[in-house]
Formats: sequence, structure tokens, C-alpha cells
Amino acid sequence: MSPQVVQAIWAVVWLLVAGVLSGLVIGVVVKVFGAEPDPRLEEVEGLLPGANCGACGFAGCAAFAAALVSGKATDPGLCPSSNAAAVARICALLGLTASEREPKVAVVMCGGDRDHARDAALYNGVADCKDAMMVAGGAKGCRHGCLGLATCARTCPFQAIEITPTGIALVHPERCTGCGKCVAACPRQLIRLVPRRATIHVLCSSPAKGPAKRAVCQRACIACRKCVKAAGEEHMSMKGFLAVVNYNDPPPDSVAAECPTGCLVAAGGGARTDAKAEVAHA
Amino acid sequence: MSDTAIRLPDPRRLVVSSSPHAHSGEDVRAIMLTVVAALLPACLAGVWVFGPRALLVLAVCTASAVLTEAILARLLRRPVRLSDGSAVLTGLLLGMNLSAGTPLWIGAIGSVIAIGLGKMIYGGLGYNPFNPALVGRVALLLAFPSALTTWVKPCGPGGWAVPVDGMTAATPLGQLAMAGGWIPEQVMTVADNPIGLRECFLGNIGGCLGETSTLALLIGGIFLIARRLIRWQVPLGFIGTVALITAIAHAAAPDRYAPAAFHLLTGGLFLGAFFMATDMVTSPIGRLGGFIFGVGCGLITCVIRLWGSYPEGVSFSILIMNALTPLIDRWTAGKPFGSVPAKGAAS
Amino acid sequence: MPKPVYFSGGVHPHEGKAPTAAATIAAAPLLPLYTVPFHQHIGAPPKPVVAKGDRVLRGQVLAEANGVVSAPVHAPTSGVVKDIVDIASPMGRLGPSVLLEADGQDAPAEPLAPIAAWQDAAPDVLRQRIAQAGIVGMGGAAFPAAVKLTPPPSKRIDTLILNGVECEPCLTADHRLMLEAPEPILTGALIMARILGVKTILVGIEQNKPDAIALLDAAAAPLGIRVQGLRVRYPQGAEKQLIYALTGRKVPTGGLPMDVGVVVQNVGTSAAVAAAVREGTPLYERVTTITGTPVANPGNWRLRVGTSYAKAIELAGGITGETAKVISGGPMMGFSVYDLDTPVMKNTSGILLMAPAEVSQYQSHACIRCGRCVDACPMHIMAEALGVQIENERYDLAERTRVLDCIECGCCAYACPAHRPLVQHMRRAKQEVLARRRAREAQAKH
Repeated sequence: MSPQVVQAIWAVVWLLVAGVLSGLVIGVVVKVFGAEPDPRLEEVEGLLPGANCGACGFAGCAAFAAALVSGKATDPGLCPSSNAAAVARICALLGLTASEREPKVAVVMCGGDRDHARDAALYNGVADCKDAMMVAGGAKGCRHGCLGLATCARTCPFQAIEITPTGIALVHPERCTGCGKCVAACPRQLIRLVPRRATIHVLCSSPAKGPAKRAVCQRACIACRKCVKAAGEEHMSMKGFLAVVNYNDPPPDSVAAECPTGCLVAAGGGARTDAKAEVAHA
Repeated sequence: MSDTAIRLPDPRRLVVSSSPHAHSGEDVRAIMLTVVAALLPACLAGVWVFGPRALLVLAVCTASAVLTEAILARLLRRPVRLSDGSAVLTGLLLGMNLSAGTPLWIGAIGSVIAIGLGKMIYGGLGYNPFNPALVGRVALLLAFPSALTTWVKPCGPGGWAVPVDGMTAATPLGQLAMAGGWIPEQVMTVADNPIGLRECFLGNIGGCLGETSTLALLIGGIFLIARRLIRWQVPLGFIGTVALITAIAHAAAPDRYAPAAFHLLTGGLFLGAFFMATDMVTSPIGRLGGFIFGVGCGLITCVIRLWGSYPEGVSFSILIMNALTPLIDRWTAGKPFGSVPAKGAAS
Repeated sequence: MPKPVYFSGGVHPHEGKAPTAAATIAAAPLLPLYTVPFHQHIGAPPKPVVAKGDRVLRGQVLAEANGVVSAPVHAPTSGVVKDIVDIASPMGRLGPSVLLEADGQDAPAEPLAPIAAWQDAAPDVLRQRIAQAGIVGMGGAAFPAAVKLTPPPSKRIDTLILNGVECEPCLTADHRLMLEAPEPILTGALIMARILGVKTILVGIEQNKPDAIALLDAAAAPLGIRVQGLRVRYPQGAEKQLIYALTGRKVPTGGLPMDVGVVVQNVGTSAAVAAAVREGTPLYERVTTITGTPVANPGNWRLRVGTSYAKAIELAGGITGETAKVISGGPMMGFSVYDLDTPVMKNTSGILLMAPAEVSQYQSHACIRCGRCVDACPMHIMAEALGVQIENERYDLAERTRVLDCIECGCCAYACPAHRPLVQHMRRAKQEVLARRRAREAQAKH
């Protein structure tokens, strides 16, 4: 054996010895000083979605898991982002009962994309809705319309919001968990959490009068009341110059056909926002 | 008022933006191109001393730098901003840091490394922590040590600088390192012809094609200072520190260490101090920070030149100080107008 | 008089004052319609006291002050309240505004009783009058003047400074006012000095207005008021920089001028104070510069509050060329607007139009760390570091890098060769930092 090979073997041997020794030291230190982690904590944390959306009211999924295990929180149902199976597993693990919560989904209450609602001016600045709001209150003609600069989309922990090619925010309900982060992010308060089973929405948030809205957006609610008449006061009503869906008892999708501006939009299976996408892509 | 047709602005074509609505008119491109212009005297001197092959090296480095930037920007899906002139500047600086006899393919590789690993990998202009041209040069120095330290003899504008046997000439700093002490008759020569400090100042000596003429570099550097594109604190700190330390070393051991004037006028000190250490992206923001940065470069350069095994240390010193730039910026950050130490410190 | 001490930093943008510097202040004809927003000041929105269909007279209160930091709003002419609608201010803030249909009579309401003998009047009476007249800072900030003149007892005020610097390019409204109405300005200063109980009154004017310095100095010297010419450097007229120049005192960060014993008021505000006290006239009109290369006849006009920008531009003869930007205020700190129905407010010092070639574009080009912004910043904050931190939404770091000290003067973005929207970043970060502070305080209370 050449001396180099011997040298190499020794190097490997010494490295092994050093590795085993350090491993032993760490093991001993952990045994002596380390706290025993609660195995339930690890499992609960694993069951939570890990998106840290904060909808439960805690700083993040790890904090919520710790609160649940330590008894500070008693309702795993507070997490809107977990599926039923995960919640049931957490309940079984910790002996808790989850509250029954209506699954919700976020909807951008504006249908005025670039093809239907004109910009009043050319905005030159930071591409963020909150920044754009600081410049003349936003350059969109409608002062209650979606600016389409993606502040909500960047906030969404689940990548559920898309800015369509025609420049408007669109929530994909199949990805949305209803955590509500986008609701707080939108500087124009255009996003609402609504029951997932509702399939028909008034995509307009402007309290302005009909003609004023119509001047800046072809898809605005012009307060014609046709939908209210068709659906009946118990399903839809007027709030100022805006028709509103009664989400406790929504009207059938067929009412959407009454709307002359295309502001009232419906789609089967709760995926009504796809209708908006079709318009957007058309 | 109502009877005459008065024209009003068309609201649909108005631009809205945040204040201020006025601008100084200065832009990145103008800054980069002015620096390129300031480098031209030194490039001309290089061609004057080493002949047209120097021009070829500069052209190859610059062209491959621009090409690399264009290709990488496209590959990385970033906006292609060739017009900002930064790739031209990097390529030119790299070329100036090479010998006129460098094989052209080595220069091209240097440019690819400078732009690719020195700049684009970090996200492009503005995000690079190290001076890209120096990254390229040092990479070449480590990868091709003999090619990078094969120097050509000054041949004048009519000659073709190719390193062939008997034509090579080490740099004065290289000769100093070989001599192992300050032996003027061994050190102060170019291809066995004795030279004086005047030749060193004018640039008629061996070395990188852009570093030899102190005079030309000084002209460009003063132009940049006058245009407020670089801070005088950086070259002052750099050159001043080198002068001070080498003067002390020479006074302490005259036969071992070369005098300060020799150290100032040879090697890449002026090129580094005026054009590389002052690179905006990789040097500190403030005046004090710039001075500290310059002094640090000077210190490291002296350590390498006087006691290291490399004859020259300007490139390494600047790269090392580049790494310290964020720290220097933090130490030297100014206090806001009206800061009250007692109250301000608490928040 | 001690030599002024100057701040370091700042920039010198193109002054652009030549087209209007010689334009005497012209009266504006009565318009058929005025749009008067209720909320024209910093502080609590006032309480409306008129309703749709009401008939009002010139100077009548439309909305009264709601709390201490607030100000009333008065009708600019007589007429009928056609409607109350939401209108966007030049800053883009939506708020209820009176649509006032003028009746052409311009009939005045019962004026507030003139206080002819203001020299003998109690400070509280004068202060109350200034509040009643709805006077706010007319230099731009629109902070209620009476509040500024009511320092808490713990703060000893020894100096009143009148701000006639007008460092904002293109604007000459204050310049013309100083030339044409020096007497009300100085009287207003004496009234405010009486309220504050101060002996020292200083007037700061930039040296590019030598005529105003000479005229005001001649009128002020007998009154014991000192006029000081100041170096032409933007933002010399920023409150903290002006106080430093005239008194050598530095307002502590996060502090107010009263922390160093100083109150600063704009010259226009001072003239309004004199009118409110001596004649009992509330604030419903002001001098505004209408200028810019596309404007046919740039000049200065005395505009009533509620005049739409479109009507104001018509006054100046409309436009002769393509216009790419309409700015409320000057080019450095003004707000660009797109709605020409935007009304002139108490703090609208200018309406500036810009041709397409003059409009510089912002880009999110990376910072090249040239340090121009740091050199230019009169508050000596690290604009370059802040820009990067804010781009990465690290508002916590921005707070530590002292973003709240930013005065939004625009020097950094003016000087930035990469055309980065630095001021917009600063404004966003200040908004976020303050929101976080409020959230933290609210949480601490629980």
C-alpha cells in the first residue's frame, strides 16, 4: 500500500471518530438539558396548512398549534384553511370539538376590467394598489373599481388570486380557503368573504348614482332594480344605488340574466368567478 | 369667457405620478458613458505604449461583455438594458486590467465571468456586491496564472505586442518581488533597459495595458471628480495610505522596501483607486465611508505588496473591501437632521 | 443680524418663476358653480351645517369645526346648495363637498365683528377669531392656524417666523402677495406675535426675490420685524430648514417647531389673519399661481375656494399645447390630478401644467448606489437604503432607518439617476409604519 492510500484511510478514520464523538456529545446534551417535545404538537402542526394566514387569530400555524395543544385555543374549526379531515383528526387527537363553520370564499366585488371600465389617466409609479391610491386616489375612472395592481394577489398565501390579462383581480374559488387576508389588503375594500355555496354576486361596489357609474364603467350596477323585481325582496335588495344579494338566502342563478349591464354574475357550483374569467379572456 | 373656445387639457391623456414632478435630468446611462469617456485617455495611452493589439484586447473584452449581458438578460428573463452602458464599462475595465499580449479567448472568458458571475447572477446592475471587472480579472488570474502574468514589452503604437521569447518584460512590481529587495538597477528596467520614474509616470513600462500611464489615469480621474461622479475621498484614502505605509517601510529598511514614489507610479494603483474602488454599486455611499473604504484598500494593497507572495494587491484589496461595504455603510450612516442623542437612541 | 446657517443637502431645480413673477394678482370673475369640500385641512373633518336646497350668503359657514384640530369652511359666494356629493381632493381623498350654485348677487353674510383695536384685544379673542375664520396653513400643509398659535403651556415660544421663502419652483403667489400686500402680511404677523406673546418676528425670503426682500424690509424695519434674505436652495422653505437658517435651532426628530420655541406661518396665512381680525373676513379666497409651458397666459389670480381647475385654467387663457400633467401645487411637492373638476382649496398655492416633454418617467430600475439621494436629502436620511427596504416591504427596517423623518420634499427622487419613485416609497412606508404603530398601541392597551 502506498503511503498516500494509508494517509487517506487515516483521514477517513479520524473523521469518523470525530463525527461519532460529536454525535455522542450532542445526544448527551439533548438528553440532559433538552425538553421533551409534545408529539401531539408536531402532529397538529403537520395537520395545519402551514400557510400562516393568520385567520385563526394567532401569529401563524405553529402558534395556533401550540395554543391548541396547551389549551389556550379550544376550537380547531377556527382555521378556515384546513379541510374537514384534518380538523377531525386534530379534534380526535386533542379531544376537542370543532365548531361548525360555513365555508367561505373571497369575491372581488368589481367587474370593471380594462375592457369595460376605462382608466381616467396614465398611472406612472410603484405597481401596487396601495401606492397607486396615494397618487390622485388611483387612476381608474371609477373610484371604487379594482386597480388591478395585485396587492391582494401578493398577499394571498394560497396563490388563489389572479390578475387577469385585462387587469382585474379574480379569485379562484377552488384555491381560496376564505382566510380573509386579501380582504384586509385591498385599499378599496372591494373583496368580501361570502358563503361558498352562494353562486351569484353583484360585481360592483360603487355607491355613486347610476349615470355617474355608467360614465366610467359599462359593467356597473346602475340601480335599475330589475334583479330585485325578478328575485324578490327576500333574495335581493337595494342598498343606495347598489343591488345586494342576500347571502343568507341567495336568488337562483337565472336572475343574472335580468341584469342589463352584466354586473350580476352567476355560475354553477360556486365557481361564478369563472364567468368573469371568460369575459376577461374573450 | 364662454364665447371663446378655450382649450383645456384632455383628462384621458394625463399622467399621474407621485411627486416630485421635476427631475435633474441625470441618468444611469449618462453616468456610465461619462466614466467610459474618462477611461479613454488611459486606453489611448495603452494603445500608444503597447500598439494596436491593446486595442484588440479592449475590443474583444468589451464586445464579449456586451454580448454576455444580452444573452444572460434574455435567459434570466430580465429586461435587456444594454443601453445603460454598464456592460461596456465592465468589459473595458477588464480589458484595461489585462496585458496587451493576453490571448483573446482568455479576455473573452474573463468578460463572460465578469458579467455572468460578477453581475448577472446577483440580479444585474445594482445588485452585485463585488466589482464585476475585478471578479473577472481575479478569476482569470487564478485560472490562467502564467498567461495573466506574461507581460509584453512596450513596443510603441507601431508594434504588435505578442509575447515571444526575449520580448517579455516583467512589470516593475514583478521585478521587485523577484529581486527580493530594493535593488534599483534590477527593478527599474524594461527588458533590460534602465528606466526612471518619468517612464513610470508616463506609462512606458510593462504591465496591464490600462494601468501603466499614471498621467492618463490622473486626467480621467480628475475629470470624474470634477463631474462629481466619484468622491475624491476614495482615491485620496487609497493612494494616501499606500504612500504613507510604503514611505515608512522604505525609511525603516531602504534596501528592502521600495520608495513610495515607486509604489505609487507602478502597478494598478491609480487605475484601481480612481476607477475600480470608486465603482458606485460596490463602494460605500457616504464621504466618510468612502475614505474608510479607500484606507482599507490601501492597507490591504500594502500588506500584499510588501509581505505577500503576489507582487500586486490592488485587485484583491478592492474585492475584500467590497465585501465590507455594507458594514462600512452601516457604521457611517448619518444622523437625521435634528437627531437628539438621548431621545433618539431609545427608539 | 446673525448670518443665516444653512442645511446641507438640497437641490436646485429649474426655478421656472419668470413667466409669472411679474404678473400682478388678478381678480377672478364670479363663476356659476363652486365645489367646496368640507374637509380642507389636516385634522378632524368639520360638521356640515347646510343641507341640499339651502340658500347661503358669501362668508356663511357651510361646516363648522369639529373638535380642536379642525376648521370651519365658508361659502365663497351667495347662492343655493345644489347638492352635497363626494368629490376627490387633489390628494385623491374622497369627501363630501357642497355644490354651490351662485346666484350672481355675491351677497355677503353678516360679517364677524371687526376687531379694529387688535393691539388691545386679549390673545384668546384673537385666537378665537382666527379659528372662526377657518384659517389654515396656506403654504401647503393646511394645518389649522389657530392650533399652531395655541402652544401648550409647557412650551415657551420666543420667535414667530413668517415663511416667504417660496422655494417651490414655478410658484410666485407668495412673491406677488409680498409685493402687493406687504401691509396685511406684517399686520398679521404682529397680531400672531401678540397672541403668542413673542417679541422676535423674523421673515425668511429666498434671495431670488430681491424686490420682495427690499419692499418688505423697508416696511418691516419700523415695526421691529426683521427680514432675512436666504440662499436659493430647495427646500429652504421647509419648516425645519427655515427655522435652522434663521435661528440656528434644530427641531428634534419627531418634534415640532414649538419644541425649539418657534412658530412658523406662511405669509399668505398671515395676510388672511389680518383680514379676519381687522375686517372680519373669513378665509374663502386665496392667491394661486396658474402656470406651466402649455398655459396660454400664466399668472396669479385671487381665486375663491371651490373654483374648479378647469375654470382656473380657462382664466389663464386655456392651453396652447399638449398637456401631459396637471399638478396641484409646484413640481417638487405638488399632487398630480386627472380630474379637472378638482376644486381649488385653501392650500392650493398653484396649478401647474406640464407638456409631455417635461414629464419624467419613473421606473423601477435597480439602485446603483450613487448616493445622489443621500447627498440631496435635507433631513440626512439614507434614502437609498430605505428605497431597497421598502421595495422588499421591510417596513420594520424602514422604521429603524428613520423613514418617519422624511419630509417628502422630493430631493432624493429629483436627483436619482435611476428614476426610482423614492418619494412614493417613503410615503407608503410612513403610512405602513404609522399603521403598525397604531396597531401595536391598540394591542398594548388590551
